[in-house]
Amino acid sequence: MPGLKRKDILGLREMTVEEIDLILNTAEALKDLATRPVKKVPTLRGKAIVTLFYENSTRTAKSFELAAKYLGADVIHVSAATSSVQKGETLKDTARNLEAMGVDAVVVRHSMGGAPHLLARSLRASVINAGDGIHEHPTQGLLDMLTIRQKKGGFKGLKVAIVGDSYHSRVARSNIYGLTKYGAEVWLAGPSTLLAQGFEEYGVRTTTRVEEALEGADVVNVLRLQLERQEKGLFPTVAEYHRFWGVTAERLRLAKPDVLLMHPGPMNRGVEIATAVADGPQSVITEQVTNGVAVRMALLYLLLGGGEAA
Amino acid sequence: MSRPKALLMDATQMNRALSRIAHEIIERNKGTEQVALVGIRRRGIPLAQRLAARLKAFEGREVPVGSLDITLYRDDLSELASLPVVHKSEVNFKLPGRVVVLVDDVIYTGRTARAALDALLDIGRPAAIQLAVLVDRGHRELPIRPDYVGKNVPTSPRERVEVHVTEIDGEDFVALYDNE
Repeated sequence: MPGLKRKDILGLREMTVEEIDLILNTAEALKDLATRPVKKVPTLRGKAIVTLFYENSTRTAKSFELAAKYLGADVIHVSAATSSVQKGETLKDTARNLEAMGVDAVVVRHSMGGAPHLLARSLRASVINAGDGIHEHPTQGLLDMLTIRQKKGGFKGLKVAIVGDSYHSRVARSNIYGLTKYGAEVWLAGPSTLLAQGFEEYGVRTTTRVEEALEGADVVNVLRLQLERQEKGLFPTVAEYHRFWGVTAERLRLAKPDVLLMHPGPMNRGVEIATAVADGPQSVITEQVTNGVAVRMALLYLLLGGGEAA
Repeated sequence: MSRPKALLMDATQMNRALSRIAHEIIERNKGTEQVALVGIRRRGIPLAQRLAARLKAFEGREVPVGSLDITLYRDDLSELASLPVVHKSEVNFKLPGRVVVLVDDVIYTGRTARAALDALLDIGRPAAIQLAVLVDRGHRELPIRPDYVGKNVPTSPRERVEVHVTEIDGEDFVALYDNE
Protein backbone atom coordinates (compact mmCIF):
# COMPACT_ATOMS: atom_id res chain seq x y z
CA MET A 1 0.00 0.00 0.00
CA PRO A 2 1.10 3.55 -0.78
CA GLY A 3 2.97 6.22 1.07
CA LEU A 4 6.61 6.71 0.27
CA LYS A 5 8.89 4.29 2.05
CA ARG A 6 11.40 7.02 2.75
CA LYS A 7 11.85 9.91 5.17
CA ASP A 8 13.50 12.34 2.77
CA ILE A 9 13.40 13.48 -0.84
CA LEU A 10 16.99 14.07 -1.85
CA GLY A 11 17.09 13.33 -5.56
CA LEU A 12 15.46 11.51 -8.44
CA ARG A 13 18.52 9.35 -9.02
CA GLU A 14 17.69 6.94 -6.19
CA MET A 15 13.93 6.93 -6.74
CA THR A 16 12.01 4.12 -8.41
CA VAL A 17 9.52 4.45 -11.23
CA GLU A 18 6.79 3.33 -8.78
CA GLU A 19 7.66 6.14 -6.36
CA ILE A 20 7.70 8.74 -9.13
CA ASP A 21 4.35 7.46 -10.45
CA LEU A 22 2.85 7.75 -6.97
CA ILE A 23 4.13 11.32 -6.59
CA LEU A 24 2.88 12.40 -10.03
CA ASN A 25 -0.53 10.74 -9.53
CA THR A 26 -0.91 12.37 -6.14
CA ALA A 27 0.10 15.74 -7.60
CA GLU A 28 -2.50 15.32 -10.34
CA ALA A 29 -5.20 14.68 -7.71
CA LEU A 30 -4.13 17.69 -5.63
CA LYS A 31 -3.67 20.14 -8.51
CA ASP A 32 -7.24 21.45 -8.54
CA LEU A 33 -6.96 22.60 -4.95
CA ALA A 34 -5.11 25.71 -6.09
CA THR A 35 -8.00 26.78 -8.33
CA ARG A 36 -10.80 26.36 -5.79
CA PRO A 37 -12.41 29.24 -3.95
CA VAL A 38 -11.21 27.70 -0.67
CA LYS A 39 -7.60 26.73 -1.28
CA LYS A 40 -7.05 24.97 2.00
CA VAL A 41 -7.58 21.50 3.36
CA PRO A 42 -6.93 20.37 6.95
CA THR A 43 -4.72 17.43 5.96
CA LEU A 44 -1.45 18.67 7.49
CA ARG A 45 -3.03 20.80 10.19
CA GLY A 46 -0.62 21.04 13.12
CA LYS A 47 2.48 20.20 11.07
CA ALA A 48 5.31 22.72 10.91
CA ILE A 49 7.58 23.14 7.91
CA VAL A 50 10.63 25.32 7.50
CA THR A 51 12.12 26.44 4.20
CA LEU A 52 15.83 26.92 4.88
CA PHE A 53 17.44 28.70 1.95
CA TYR A 54 21.17 29.38 1.64
CA GLU A 55 20.65 30.62 -1.92
CA ASN A 56 18.14 33.09 -3.27
CA SER A 57 14.86 31.85 -4.61
CA THR A 58 11.45 33.29 -5.21
CA ARG A 59 9.70 30.60 -7.17
CA THR A 60 10.78 27.47 -5.30
CA ALA A 61 10.54 28.93 -1.80
CA LYS A 62 7.13 30.50 -2.41
CA SER A 63 5.88 27.41 -4.19
CA PHE A 64 6.77 25.24 -1.18
CA GLU A 65 5.27 27.81 1.15
CA LEU A 66 1.96 27.88 -0.70
CA ALA A 67 1.90 24.09 -1.06
CA ALA A 68 2.33 23.71 2.70
CA LYS A 69 -0.30 26.34 3.44
CA TYR A 70 -2.85 24.83 1.03
CA LEU A 71 -2.49 21.57 2.96
CA GLY A 72 -3.05 23.36 6.25
CA ALA A 73 0.52 23.25 7.62
CA ASP A 74 2.38 26.15 9.20
CA VAL A 75 5.49 27.37 7.39
CA ILE A 76 8.36 29.63 8.27
CA HIS A 77 11.07 30.78 5.94
CA VAL A 78 14.69 31.11 7.00
CA SER A 79 17.04 32.82 4.63
CA ALA A 80 20.76 32.50 5.30
CA ALA A 81 21.24 36.13 4.41
CA THR A 82 19.13 37.30 7.37
CA SER A 83 19.77 34.64 10.03
CA SER A 84 22.36 33.39 12.53
CA VAL A 85 24.19 31.87 9.58
CA GLN A 86 25.68 35.34 9.33
CA LYS A 87 27.10 34.83 12.84
CA GLY A 88 28.87 31.67 11.74
CA GLU A 89 26.35 29.01 12.75
CA THR A 90 26.81 25.78 10.82
CA LEU A 91 24.14 24.25 8.62
CA LYS A 92 23.69 21.30 10.98
CA ASP A 93 23.33 23.49 14.06
CA THR A 94 20.81 25.77 12.37
CA ALA A 95 18.74 22.78 11.27
CA ARG A 96 18.98 21.07 14.68
CA ASN A 97 17.78 24.20 16.39
CA LEU A 98 14.82 24.38 14.04
CA GLU A 99 14.06 20.74 14.75
CA ALA A 100 14.28 21.44 18.48
CA MET A 101 11.47 23.96 17.95
CA GLY A 102 9.31 21.13 16.61
CA VAL A 103 9.68 21.33 12.86
CA ASP A 104 8.38 18.26 10.97
CA ALA A 105 10.07 18.92 7.64
CA VAL A 106 13.02 20.98 6.46
CA VAL A 107 13.08 22.14 2.85
CA VAL A 108 16.67 23.08 2.15
CA ARG A 109 18.49 24.83 -0.67
CA HIS A 110 22.24 25.07 -0.49
CA SER A 111 25.10 25.92 -2.82
CA MET A 112 26.94 22.74 -1.78
CA GLY A 113 25.96 19.44 -3.35
CA GLY A 114 25.11 16.92 -0.62
CA ALA A 115 24.06 19.48 2.02
CA PRO A 116 20.50 18.04 2.21
CA HIS A 117 21.95 14.53 2.58
CA LEU A 118 24.00 15.68 5.54
CA LEU A 119 20.87 17.10 7.16
CA ALA A 120 18.81 14.02 6.35
CA ARG A 121 21.28 11.89 8.32
CA SER A 122 21.33 14.13 11.37
CA LEU A 123 17.64 15.08 11.66
CA ARG A 124 14.55 13.07 12.58
CA ALA A 125 12.49 15.51 10.54
CA SER A 126 11.94 14.90 6.82
CA VAL A 127 14.35 16.72 4.54
CA ILE A 128 13.40 17.85 1.04
CA ASN A 129 16.12 18.96 -1.33
CA ALA A 130 15.12 22.25 -2.97
CA GLY A 131 18.36 22.39 -4.95
CA ASP A 132 21.89 21.49 -3.83
CA GLY A 133 24.74 23.01 -5.77
CA ILE A 134 24.97 21.52 -9.23
CA HIS A 135 23.77 18.13 -7.96
CA GLU A 136 19.96 17.77 -8.00
CA HIS A 137 16.71 19.72 -7.84
CA PRO A 138 14.21 16.88 -7.50
CA THR A 139 11.04 18.94 -7.16
CA GLN A 140 11.86 20.81 -10.37
CA GLY A 141 12.54 17.49 -12.10
CA LEU A 142 9.20 16.15 -10.89
CA LEU A 143 7.23 19.22 -11.97
CA ASP A 144 8.87 19.07 -15.39
CA MET A 145 7.88 15.42 -15.62
CA LEU A 146 4.31 16.16 -14.52
CA THR A 147 4.04 18.84 -17.22
CA ILE A 148 5.37 16.49 -19.89
CA ARG A 149 3.10 13.64 -18.77
CA GLN A 150 0.01 15.88 -18.87
CA LYS A 151 0.72 16.97 -22.44
CA LYS A 152 2.30 13.84 -23.92
CA GLY A 153 0.69 11.10 -21.89
CA GLY A 154 4.03 9.53 -20.93
CA PHE A 155 7.76 9.60 -21.51
CA LYS A 156 8.75 6.52 -23.44
CA GLY A 157 10.46 7.33 -26.75
CA LEU A 158 10.14 11.09 -26.36
CA LYS A 159 13.06 13.14 -27.60
CA VAL A 160 13.85 15.65 -24.86
CA ALA A 161 16.43 18.33 -25.67
CA ILE A 162 17.99 20.05 -22.66
CA VAL A 163 19.61 23.14 -24.04
CA GLY A 164 22.24 25.35 -22.41
CA ASP A 165 24.43 25.23 -19.37
CA SER A 166 23.86 21.65 -18.26
CA TYR A 167 27.22 21.56 -16.48
CA HIS A 168 26.06 23.94 -13.73
CA SER A 169 22.49 22.66 -13.82
CA ARG A 170 20.92 20.60 -11.05
CA VAL A 171 17.68 20.88 -13.03
CA ALA A 172 19.28 19.07 -15.97
CA ARG A 173 20.59 16.29 -13.72
CA SER A 174 17.25 15.67 -12.03
CA ASN A 175 15.55 15.65 -15.45
CA ILE A 176 18.08 13.14 -16.78
CA TYR A 177 17.70 10.79 -13.80
CA GLY A 178 13.91 10.96 -13.91
CA LEU A 179 13.21 10.86 -17.65
CA THR A 180 15.68 8.12 -18.56
CA LYS A 181 14.04 5.77 -16.02
CA TYR A 182 10.98 5.88 -18.29
CA GLY A 183 12.84 5.41 -21.56
CA ALA A 184 12.94 8.99 -22.82
CA GLU A 185 15.73 9.91 -25.23
CA VAL A 186 17.56 12.81 -23.60
CA TRP A 187 19.90 15.15 -25.47
CA LEU A 188 22.15 17.80 -23.98
CA ALA A 189 23.15 20.72 -26.21
CA GLY A 190 25.36 23.69 -25.48
CA PRO A 191 28.90 25.00 -25.66
CA SER A 192 31.39 22.25 -24.91
CA THR A 193 32.62 24.12 -21.84
CA LEU A 194 29.13 24.03 -20.33
CA LEU A 195 28.03 20.47 -21.15
CA ALA A 196 27.46 18.03 -18.29
CA GLN A 197 29.63 14.95 -18.69
CA GLY A 198 29.33 11.34 -17.66
CA PHE A 199 25.72 10.59 -18.56
CA GLU A 200 26.49 8.14 -21.38
CA GLU A 201 25.48 5.26 -19.10
CA TYR A 202 21.97 6.78 -18.96
CA GLY A 203 21.87 6.82 -22.77
CA VAL A 204 22.14 10.62 -22.85
CA ARG A 205 23.51 12.10 -26.06
CA THR A 206 25.53 15.26 -26.16
CA THR A 207 26.08 17.82 -28.92
CA THR A 208 27.52 21.29 -29.32
CA ARG A 209 25.11 22.03 -32.16
CA VAL A 210 21.78 23.07 -30.71
CA GLU A 211 20.09 22.34 -34.06
CA GLU A 212 20.97 18.66 -33.79
CA ALA A 213 19.27 18.39 -30.42
CA LEU A 214 16.19 20.37 -31.50
CA GLU A 215 15.64 18.34 -34.69
CA GLY A 216 12.38 16.43 -34.20
CA ALA A 217 12.30 17.10 -30.44
CA ASP A 218 9.08 16.49 -28.46
CA VAL A 219 10.25 18.58 -25.53
CA VAL A 220 12.77 21.41 -25.34
CA ASN A 221 13.88 22.34 -21.84
CA VAL A 222 15.88 25.55 -21.95
CA LEU A 223 18.27 26.04 -19.05
CA ARG A 224 19.00 29.35 -17.44
CA LEU A 225 22.48 30.64 -18.10
CA GLN A 226 23.59 30.74 -14.47
CA LEU A 227 25.63 33.88 -14.59
CA GLU A 228 26.30 33.63 -10.83
CA ARG A 229 28.05 30.26 -11.23
CA GLN A 230 30.25 31.08 -14.24
CA GLU A 231 33.98 31.22 -14.11
CA LYS A 232 35.65 33.40 -16.63
CA GLY A 233 36.20 32.15 -20.13
CA LEU A 234 33.57 29.42 -20.46
CA PHE A 235 31.87 31.34 -23.24
CA PRO A 236 32.85 34.61 -24.96
CA THR A 237 29.92 36.97 -24.43
CA VAL A 238 26.23 36.77 -23.62
CA ALA A 239 25.40 38.04 -27.12
CA GLU A 240 27.50 35.35 -28.71
CA TYR A 241 25.94 32.72 -26.46
CA HIS A 242 22.52 33.78 -27.75
CA ARG A 243 23.69 33.70 -31.35
CA PHE A 244 24.97 30.12 -31.14
CA TRP A 245 22.88 28.44 -28.47
CA GLY A 246 19.86 30.63 -27.82
CA VAL A 247 16.47 29.01 -28.50
CA THR A 248 14.88 31.24 -31.10
CA ALA A 249 11.66 30.89 -33.10
CA GLU A 250 13.68 29.89 -36.14
CA ARG A 251 15.54 27.13 -34.31
CA LEU A 252 12.39 25.88 -32.59
CA ARG A 253 10.87 25.17 -36.03
CA LEU A 254 13.27 22.22 -36.24
CA ALA A 255 11.37 20.53 -33.43
CA LYS A 256 8.02 18.75 -33.79
CA PRO A 257 5.11 21.18 -34.34
CA ASP A 258 3.58 20.20 -31.00
CA VAL A 259 6.85 20.56 -29.11
CA LEU A 260 6.66 21.61 -25.46
CA LEU A 261 8.88 24.53 -24.62
CA MET A 262 9.98 24.54 -20.99
CA HIS A 263 12.18 26.73 -18.81
CA PRO A 264 12.77 26.35 -15.07
CA GLY A 265 13.08 30.12 -14.57
CA PRO A 266 14.07 32.75 -13.90
CA MET A 267 14.53 33.51 -17.58
CA ASN A 268 17.26 35.61 -19.11
CA ARG A 269 15.16 36.79 -22.03
CA GLY A 270 17.21 37.35 -25.15
CA VAL A 271 20.04 35.17 -23.80
CA GLU A 272 19.16 31.48 -23.59
CA ILE A 273 15.61 32.04 -24.82
CA ALA A 274 14.06 34.53 -27.23
CA THR A 275 11.07 36.44 -25.86
CA ALA A 276 8.88 35.42 -28.82
CA VAL A 277 9.52 31.78 -27.93
CA ALA A 278 9.08 32.20 -24.17
CA ASP A 279 5.65 33.79 -24.72
CA GLY A 280 4.79 31.68 -27.78
CA PRO A 281 2.09 29.05 -28.26
CA GLN A 282 4.39 26.11 -27.50
CA SER A 283 5.49 27.50 -24.16
CA VAL A 284 4.27 25.63 -21.07
CA ILE A 285 6.35 27.70 -18.68
CA THR A 286 3.33 28.93 -16.71
CA GLU A 287 1.94 25.39 -16.42
CA GLN A 288 5.30 24.35 -14.99
CA VAL A 289 4.87 26.87 -12.19
CA THR A 290 1.32 25.67 -11.46
CA ASN A 291 2.48 22.06 -11.44
CA GLY A 292 5.29 23.00 -9.08
CA VAL A 293 2.82 23.72 -6.30
CA ALA A 294 0.99 20.43 -7.01
CA VAL A 295 4.18 18.36 -6.90
CA ARG A 296 5.27 19.96 -3.63
CA MET A 297 1.83 19.37 -2.10
CA ALA A 298 2.11 15.73 -3.14
CA LEU A 299 5.52 15.33 -1.52
CA LEU A 300 4.45 17.00 1.71
CA TYR A 301 1.34 14.82 1.86
CA LEU A 302 3.28 11.64 1.15
CA LEU A 303 6.03 12.44 3.66
CA LEU A 304 4.01 14.02 6.47
CA GLY A 305 0.46 12.80 5.92
CA GLY A 306 0.65 9.46 7.66
CA GLY A 307 1.43 8.37 11.18
CA GLU A 308 4.71 7.14 12.60
CA ALA A 309 4.45 3.85 10.76
CA ALA A 310 3.92 5.40 7.33
CA MET B 1 -11.19 -12.95 1.52
CA SER B 2 -13.13 -14.53 4.35
CA ARG B 3 -16.59 -16.07 3.95
CA PRO B 4 -19.58 -13.89 4.82
CA LYS B 5 -21.46 -14.91 7.95
CA ALA B 6 -24.71 -13.46 6.64
CA LEU B 7 -26.05 -12.11 3.37
CA LEU B 8 -27.75 -8.79 4.15
CA MET B 9 -29.03 -7.83 0.69
CA ASP B 10 -28.96 -9.50 -2.70
CA ALA B 11 -29.01 -7.69 -6.07
CA THR B 12 -32.81 -7.48 -6.17
CA GLN B 13 -33.03 -6.09 -2.67
CA MET B 14 -30.34 -3.53 -3.47
CA ASN B 15 -32.26 -2.43 -6.57
CA ARG B 16 -35.50 -2.09 -4.63
CA ALA B 17 -33.81 -0.10 -1.86
CA LEU B 18 -32.25 2.29 -4.40
CA SER B 19 -35.59 2.74 -6.16
CA ARG B 20 -37.28 3.53 -2.87
CA ILE B 21 -34.56 6.01 -1.92
CA ALA B 22 -34.95 7.69 -5.34
CA HIS B 23 -38.70 8.07 -4.70
CA GLU B 24 -38.03 9.46 -1.23
CA ILE B 25 -35.58 12.01 -2.65
CA ILE B 26 -38.22 13.15 -5.16
CA GLU B 27 -40.95 13.32 -2.54
CA ARG B 28 -38.91 15.13 0.05
CA ASN B 29 -37.54 17.70 -2.42
CA LYS B 30 -40.82 18.06 -4.37
CA GLY B 31 -39.19 16.94 -7.59
CA THR B 32 -35.56 16.98 -8.69
CA GLU B 33 -35.17 20.51 -10.00
CA GLN B 34 -32.65 21.54 -7.34
CA VAL B 35 -31.25 18.09 -6.62
CA ALA B 36 -27.67 17.01 -7.30
CA LEU B 37 -26.01 13.77 -6.23
CA VAL B 38 -22.45 13.48 -4.95
CA GLY B 39 -20.99 10.04 -4.41
CA ILE B 40 -18.33 9.49 -1.76
CA ARG B 41 -15.37 7.49 -3.06
CA ARG B 42 -15.31 4.70 -3.74
CA ARG B 43 -18.58 2.78 -3.71
CA GLY B 44 -20.73 5.85 -3.19
CA ILE B 45 -19.98 6.88 -6.77
CA PRO B 46 -21.68 3.99 -8.62
CA LEU B 47 -24.56 4.17 -6.13
CA ALA B 48 -24.98 7.89 -6.90
CA GLN B 49 -24.98 7.13 -10.61
CA ARG B 50 -27.65 4.47 -10.16
CA LEU B 51 -29.80 6.88 -8.14
CA ALA B 52 -29.37 9.50 -10.88
CA ALA B 53 -30.55 7.02 -13.51
CA ARG B 54 -33.66 6.32 -11.42
CA LEU B 55 -34.37 10.01 -10.83
CA LYS B 56 -34.19 10.53 -14.59
CA ALA B 57 -36.49 7.58 -15.24
CA PHE B 58 -39.05 8.73 -12.64
CA GLU B 59 -38.98 12.49 -13.29
CA GLY B 60 -37.54 12.81 -16.81
CA ARG B 61 -34.81 15.20 -15.77
CA GLU B 62 -31.03 14.78 -15.74
CA VAL B 63 -29.58 15.26 -12.30
CA PRO B 64 -25.93 16.30 -12.03
CA VAL B 65 -23.63 13.75 -10.40
CA GLY B 66 -20.30 14.49 -8.75
CA SER B 67 -17.74 12.56 -6.76
CA LEU B 68 -15.92 13.36 -3.57
CA ASP B 69 -12.61 12.02 -2.31
CA ILE B 70 -12.47 12.69 1.43
CA THR B 71 -8.87 11.59 2.06
CA LEU B 72 -7.59 15.11 2.70
CA TYR B 73 -10.34 15.65 5.28
CA ARG B 74 -9.97 12.44 7.28
CA ASP B 75 -9.38 12.84 11.00
CA ASP B 76 -7.42 9.60 11.33
CA LEU B 77 -4.59 10.14 8.82
CA SER B 78 -1.96 10.23 11.56
CA GLU B 79 -3.23 6.93 12.94
CA LEU B 80 -3.13 4.95 9.72
CA ALA B 81 -0.25 2.60 9.10
CA SER B 82 -0.46 3.12 5.35
CA LEU B 83 -1.33 6.37 3.69
CA PRO B 84 -4.41 6.38 1.46
CA VAL B 85 -4.03 7.37 -2.19
CA VAL B 86 -5.49 10.79 -2.92
CA HIS B 87 -7.95 11.02 -5.80
CA LYS B 88 -9.61 13.96 -7.50
CA SER B 89 -12.97 15.21 -6.36
CA GLU B 90 -15.16 16.12 -9.32
CA VAL B 91 -18.04 18.44 -8.68
CA ASN B 92 -18.57 20.11 -12.04
CA PHE B 93 -21.69 22.07 -11.21
CA LYS B 94 -22.39 25.16 -9.12
CA LEU B 95 -23.39 24.34 -5.55
CA PRO B 96 -25.34 27.48 -4.50
CA GLY B 97 -29.07 26.82 -4.83
CA ARG B 98 -28.57 23.05 -5.05
CA VAL B 99 -29.79 20.41 -2.66
CA VAL B 100 -26.85 18.03 -2.62
CA VAL B 101 -27.55 14.43 -1.68
CA LEU B 102 -24.33 12.83 -0.47
CA VAL B 103 -24.31 9.13 -1.27
CA ASP B 104 -22.26 6.47 0.50
CA ASP B 105 -22.47 2.71 0.78
CA VAL B 106 -22.32 2.29 4.57
CA ILE B 107 -22.66 4.67 7.50
CA TYR B 108 -20.92 3.56 10.68
CA THR B 109 -19.14 6.04 12.98
CA GLY B 110 -20.23 9.04 10.91
CA ARG B 111 -16.66 10.25 10.51
CA THR B 112 -16.64 9.76 6.73
CA ALA B 113 -19.86 11.76 6.46
CA ARG B 114 -18.31 14.50 8.62
CA ALA B 115 -15.25 14.62 6.34
CA ALA B 116 -17.52 14.70 3.27
CA LEU B 117 -19.50 17.62 4.70
CA ASP B 118 -16.29 19.59 5.23
CA ALA B 119 -14.94 18.66 1.79
CA LEU B 120 -18.17 19.71 0.09
CA LEU B 121 -18.48 22.99 1.99
CA ASP B 122 -14.95 23.95 0.93
CA ILE B 123 -16.02 23.59 -2.70
CA GLY B 124 -19.11 25.76 -2.32
CA ARG B 125 -22.25 26.56 -0.36
CA PRO B 126 -25.20 24.41 -1.37
CA ALA B 127 -28.76 25.31 -0.30
CA ALA B 128 -28.91 22.09 1.71
CA ILE B 129 -27.07 18.80 2.13
CA GLN B 130 -28.80 15.46 2.65
CA LEU B 131 -27.28 12.03 3.21
CA ALA B 132 -28.27 8.76 1.54
CA VAL B 133 -26.71 5.41 2.49
CA LEU B 134 -27.39 1.88 1.39
CA VAL B 135 -26.69 0.44 4.85
CA ASP B 136 -26.81 2.01 8.32
CA ARG B 137 -24.94 -0.25 10.69
CA GLY B 138 -25.15 1.94 13.79
CA HIS B 139 -22.40 2.85 16.31
CA ARG B 140 -22.31 6.55 15.52
CA GLU B 141 -19.50 8.55 17.12
CA LEU B 142 -20.74 11.92 15.84
CA PRO B 143 -24.19 13.56 15.82
CA ILE B 144 -24.90 12.63 12.19
CA ARG B 145 -28.07 10.96 10.89
CA PRO B 146 -28.75 9.85 7.32
CA ASP B 147 -31.87 11.16 5.55
CA TYR B 148 -32.31 8.09 3.35
CA VAL B 149 -31.42 4.54 4.39
CA GLY B 150 -31.58 1.39 2.25
CA LYS B 151 -31.44 -1.00 5.19
CA ASN B 152 -30.81 -0.71 8.91
CA VAL B 153 -28.54 -3.48 10.17
CA PRO B 154 -27.69 -3.99 13.84
CA THR B 155 -24.02 -4.97 14.00
CA SER B 156 -21.23 -5.47 16.46
CA PRO B 157 -18.02 -3.43 16.18
CA ARG B 158 -16.21 -6.74 15.67
CA GLU B 159 -18.12 -7.21 12.43
CA ARG B 160 -17.64 -5.66 9.02
CA VAL B 161 -20.27 -4.76 6.43
CA GLU B 162 -19.21 -4.97 2.80
CA VAL B 163 -21.18 -3.56 -0.08
CA HIS B 164 -20.27 -5.12 -3.42
CA VAL B 165 -21.31 -3.35 -6.62
CA THR B 166 -21.12 -4.64 -10.17
CA GLU B 167 -19.24 -1.56 -11.38
CA ILE B 168 -16.29 -2.25 -9.05
CA ASP B 169 -16.64 -5.79 -7.70
CA GLY B 170 -18.41 -7.57 -10.56
CA GLU B 171 -21.56 -8.41 -8.59
CA ASP B 172 -24.21 -6.82 -6.39
CA PHE B 173 -24.67 -7.90 -2.78
CA VAL B 174 -24.26 -6.72 0.80
CA ALA B 175 -22.83 -9.09 3.37
CA LEU B 176 -21.70 -9.24 6.98
CA TYR B 177 -18.23 -10.55 7.87
CA ASP B 178 -16.28 -11.18 11.05
CA ASN B 179 -13.21 -8.98 11.41
CA GLU B 180 -10.13 -11.16 11.60
